[in-house]
Amino acid sequence: MSNFFFIGLPYASIVIMLIGTIYRYRSTEFEYSSLSSQFLESKTLYKGVRPFHWGIIFLFFAHLIGFLFPRTVLAWNGDVLRLLIIEIGAFGFGLLTLWGLIILIIRRLRSRRTQIVTSKMDVVVYIILLVEVVTGLLSAYLYRWGSSWFASAMTPYLKSLFLFSPDTAALQAMPLLVQIHVVSAFSMFALIPFTRFVHFLVYPIWYFFRGYQRVVWNWDRNQIRNSDKMNFGKPPENN
Amino acid sequence: MVFHLDKCIGCHTCSIACKNIWTDRKGAEYMWWNNVETKPGTGYPTKWEDQDIYKGGWEKKGKSVDLIGAGKLKGISRIFHNPNLPVMDNYYEPWTYKYSYLFDAPEGDDQPVARTISLVTGEPIDVKAGPNWDDDLSGSIDYARQDKNMETLTEAEKQTMFQLERMVMFYLPRICNHCLNPACVASCPSGAIYKRGEDGIVLINQERCRAWRMCVTACPYKKSYYNWNTGKSEKCILCFPRVETGQAPACMHTCVGRIRYLGVMLYDADRIEEVASCDTSDLVERQMGIYLDPFDPAVIAAAKKNGIADSTIESAQASPVYKFVKNWGIALPLHPEFRTIPNLFYVPPLLPTMASASGDVYDSTTDSLWGKAEDTRLPLKYLASLFTAGDTEKIKEVLRKLQAVRLHRRDVTVGDLDKKEAEEAMKSSNIDGETADAIFRLTSLVKFEERFVIPAAHREEAIEMIENTGDVKGDTGFGFLNEPKRGL
Ligand code: SF4
Ligand code: SF4
Repeated sequence: MSNFFFIGLPYASIVIMLIGTIYRYRSTEFEYSSLSSQFLESKTLYKGVRPFHWGIIFLFFAHLIGFLFPRTVLAWNGDVLRLLIIEIGAFGFGLLTLWGLIILIIRRLRSRRTQIVTSKMDVVVYIILLVEVVTGLLSAYLYRWGSSWFASAMTPYLKSLFLFSPDTAALQAMPLLVQIHVVSAFSMFALIPFTRFVHFLVYPIWYFFRGYQRVVWNWDRNQIRNSDKMNFGKPPENN
Repeated sequence: MVFHLDKCIGCHTCSIACKNIWTDRKGAEYMWWNNVETKPGTGYPTKWEDQDIYKGGWEKKGKSVDLIGAGKLKGISRIFHNPNLPVMDNYYEPWTYKYSYLFDAPEGDDQPVARTISLVTGEPIDVKAGPNWDDDLSGSIDYARQDKNMETLTEAEKQTMFQLERMVMFYLPRICNHCLNPACVASCPSGAIYKRGEDGIVLINQERCRAWRMCVTACPYKKSYYNWNTGKSEKCILCFPRVETGQAPACMHTCVGRIRYLGVMLYDADRIEEVASCDTSDLVERQMGIYLDPFDPAVIAAAKKNGIADSTIESAQASPVYKFVKNWGIALPLHPEFRTIPNLFYVPPLLPTMASASGDVYDSTTDSLWGKAEDTRLPLKYLASLFTAGDTEKIKEVLRKLQAVRLHRRDVTVGDLDKKEAEEAMKSSNIDGETADAIFRLTSLVKFEERFVIPAAHREEAIEMIENTGDVKGDTGFGFLNEPKRGL
């Protein structure tokens, strides 16, 4: 059982995520959208959506740092004050995320207009996010100094997955709450290609690196007549 | 594009033509890529001209311009919630009627009525606004007095405008301006919006749009719309499938008043930034300067060098737009101060005084046929706020020309005027009889081919940008969905 949840599921999720998102992008790129509903309801959205996103982005990077630089995190936590700062800070962002999420859920339920644009998968998204955030917050509260035990116990487990020699001993010793948190996190990966989660994959980073205006030529007389650019068997490099 | 406002009868045929072809779909019901509003009035979406609310367009920043409510840092930091995004209620909630009730209603004393139901939620709603809700309601407290352009007028001027006997209005049909410095393109974080090089049409790639909604805020004309159903933004496509096949866009084709003209304008793209960032008072003048003379050999040579087709150059030479805008100087851009360099020009409405009111006496006999052009019933300041970024002289100049044309034609066809009057009007507005006749002709007489001069799109060659036609010769046609490939 634990092998299924702690080994099978993570691998399956990652594979599904990779294949699913790439396939969906290539076949129906049209569906890649943040599906914003601000146009239908803006006031409550304002209260929920910013705390939620800033919170979850912080938490994502916090987990990433714990995974990539466990030793740095442990060294940082060697000092009580610094440990407190990181713990309280992270917990604060967790609360922010939860607060935002609750407002967003209430908004979905209350406004008739947003109900109309809420799909079944959106409901799944809300449920899994709620499970994820609540179990995360509870484990942080009940089992103190999560930043330290994440770095010392969870990181090796995650690393073992990445190195294809899974070692689940540390996770099996963890309380159920933490295990749920891990399992739902991996399920979330699997859900990415089937939900609005895809929108974070197309975050417009390139916007910063391009000029403001964009002009596209579909028909450029000079280029078409340019036989140097002929490239037999392949699309020409003209465009 | 040129819209001749004197000729618009406010029939909304253009809007309906567009709606029937492009926006008659779920999520797009509320969109009117072409809409006609009554001025003075608040328009659609309500108060769209008020950038204190919507933060659209560009502002001058040093030697260049920057987006007011979007852009790299501002846009991205507001990506989760965009505080200046108009919401559905700024437009209106689309509705239909519950017709089935007319048949299903239980027997009763009263005639059953079909209730309005929302096209979004399907529930009964009370309709409070629509795309042309203020049709013909100029002078009304809710609409005309809320017009942003009224702010330039003094209280006394406003009051005279609303007096019953002075009350005045005109129609302002609007579509996307397919700007030279489009704010929508610049604001799109995903790079989904682009301007087509060969015909200048601004399009949104539906595949690439991710619903960041920045274009809706950035377009000062509010001509980019968010489809709440598909989660994609959409805008006027200038009927490019029609234009590519030499037909006029549907709104222009159907226009009952024949107010619309479409033609090629050659311009110097390198000067866009410089023009967009010049002083407000120079904007109109500088914009006019960016359009090049299609008969100038240097311009023709440069155009050819840049890959412009001969057919396009020929069309530019026959362009009715060039005549209105450059040769005659009687068409002006709408709200040039938004700095997007819009490519839709309006011949302002000539609403001359034909009577005067002093006290309670309403006198409809003026000495001459009309009062002076500058005594137009719409205060010059109001027109200037719409078309010249506040420059009343420029408006006066245009109105004088328009009036001179009319006096000249009156002289030619009816001949009841003092000859001198017509001649003086022409002299003071710097046009001769020939020009006046040409303006008259293009305004009132010409048929399709002269109103819409559309060059060939060369689609047959465009394919070569994507594939080598030689490679696929003999491979395409009916029968196979995939190309017939040799088996493994
Ligand atoms: S008018 Fe059209 S081209 Fe200009 S900014 Fe608006 S949507 Fe873009
Ligand atoms: S169809 Fe022509 S005349 Fe009628 S409202 Fe539209 S622009 Fe005006």
